[in-house]
Amino acid sequence: MDGTTVAGAPVPGAAAGPGTGGGRTPRWTRGRIALLALALLLAVAWLLPLAWAVATSLKPASETTKTTLEWVGSTITFEAYGEVWASGDLARWMFNSAYIAVMTTLLTVTTCAMAAYGFARTEFRGRRVLYGIVLAGIMVPPQVLIAPLFAEMVRLRLVDTYWGVILPQVAVPAMVFILVKFFQGVPRELEEAAFCDGAGRWRVFWQIVLPLSRPVLAAVAIFTFISTWNNFLWPFLVTTDPAGMTLPVGLVNVQSTYGVRYAQVMASLVIAGLPLLVVFAIFQRQIVRGVAHTGLAGQ
Amino acid sequence: MTTTSAVPPAAPAAEARAGTTGPVRSVRHQWTEHGLLFTAPFLLVYALFLVWPLLYGVKMSLGDDNIAGTESEFIGLDNYAEALTDPNVWSSLWNTLWFTALSTVPLVVLGLVLALLAHELRVVQWLWRLSWFAPFLLPSGVVCLLWLWMIYPSDFGLADLLLGAAGLDPDIGWLSDTRYAMLSIVLTTVWWTVGFNFLLYLAGLQSIPQHLYEAAEIDGAGPWHRLWHITLPSLRRTTFVVLVLQLLASLKIFDQVYIMTGGGPDESTRPILQYVYQAGFTGYRIGYASAVSYVFFALIVVVSLVQLRLSRRASEENDR
Repeated sequence: MDGTTVAGAPVPGAAAGPGTGGGRTPRWTRGRIALLALALLLAVAWLLPLAWAVATSLKPASETTKTTLEWVGSTITFEAYGEVWASGDLARWMFNSAYIAVMTTLLTVTTCAMAAYGFARTEFRGRRVLYGIVLAGIMVPPQVLIAPLFAEMVRLRLVDTYWGVILPQVAVPAMVFILVKFFQGVPRELEEAAFCDGAGRWRVFWQIVLPLSRPVLAAVAIFTFISTWNNFLWPFLVTTDPAGMTLPVGLVNVQSTYGVRYAQVMASLVIAGLPLLVVFAIFQRQIVRGVAHTGLAGQ
Repeated sequence: MTTTSAVPPAAPAAEARAGTTGPVRSVRHQWTEHGLLFTAPFLLVYALFLVWPLLYGVKMSLGDDNIAGTESEFIGLDNYAEALTDPNVWSSLWNTLWFTALSTVPLVVLGLVLALLAHELRVVQWLWRLSWFAPFLLPSGVVCLLWLWMIYPSDFGLADLLLGAAGLDPDIGWLSDTRYAMLSIVLTTVWWTVGFNFLLYLAGLQSIPQHLYEAAEIDGAGPWHRLWHITLPSLRRTTFVVLVLQLLASLKIFDQVYIMTGGGPDESTRPILQYVYQAGFTGYRIGYASAVSYVFFALIVVVSLVQLRLSRRASEENDR
């Protein structure tokens, strides 16, 4: 904070006051109704493209390119969904994406959490220098890495393999940075007490520090999963065989598969977009809280 | 490893515990144990897939490597000399910066406005989160194909239909006209990613202490006064984070352009990352591609250092 804290304990009369002050929903004044209208307008604008995609996917093939604004076709048909799902590609790409995202998330969280703990809480020669090198990695853009990394993958024979996609996504310096910040905030006394009771380093890490860090670990895991599931560029470069493609990469191929059959293209997009939206619907609160917990936006 | 002279900051706290001189020494020993083991797995992956390629790329950029893996020859700085005089490098660099400039302002400002709306209204929070954040969860492939196939096509695309319904001239070459192609990509990107900034701002808003508002209320401050004098100044740190993350994300632009316009029309939307890809992967000159990417990297480093200095100065002023 800026140190501009206004002195003074909560005043009884002001606690339930209107505006941003009180905890309850304030009265519906004209100004608030205007704000609500604006917010609803923006919400509708944001949902429109998604609604249009779903609407198109349910139209009969002959009606997907009408030049008038029609949300519902003459009949509602799931034909397009049946067709894209029956081809089997989407299911395979989803499996690939899920496998790669889960493995990457597990490896990223484990290695980053351990490294962050090492940097935040242990002493060893070269610690500061190594941490500096890791932090510098935050600045490295993918532009610089793709060419040499690809050459490395060719040499390691990892092109068109799961590991070829997974490994380069595991070491994320930004995650280490977030976790180091968090571990530094854990009271040292807790760990010292455990040492005095005879616990070793590993036990302290697994049984005290990690359980305390569950919210931030969840946040790191969720964001790793989302970004890995959605990553396009690297899987696109390192997979050439359609059978090994991830969902985003495979989808771009759908274009050529379905030509100008819009209902089919939209149906595959809806299917592909659904998994994370469902995850979001279930974990809304955790995801939102996760952003706050990473300390990114914290004050 | 255990002979580090640096005293861990915890030592005073440990020594303060009365009458435990014996255990203190072993506690201090515990702090130094296993340090490297904890960091080793990460450092191994980091060295193999970030540090090594980063250095190997330098070597590649000094040779005439091609992706087919034939022996390369050392050609010195020729690739760099060529990159600096290649008009394609400059035009794609310009496109990248232009996209960054065009997208950053609406993404930051709109993110703030949406967060203020959601925070102020305090009702149907799920609706705001769903509509504004959910697009961020869609893969770029889904988003770009959706806009490419359903929103932007002329005659039957949603954008044209809406313009027509509003009585405006719907005859816009969203992705085929050099005047609109970049703007269309920006529009798609704003729709897709503003939710992340929205969420960061929402978290920032929720951590502003309530008593600031209560005190202002007693002084009779109106809503605008509270916004200008409490909310916005308290969000300064959040804004800095949002801005930095946004700049880094925008400079990486690739997916949207590659999928929606392929860099066209007339290369007017091709970003630097796509040019690197073209030079290295479809043009097979991976050494030259590396040189181009290092020119770009150097630029980012310079910008980041300037940014860091500015932010340091800003935070020093804050602390004063």
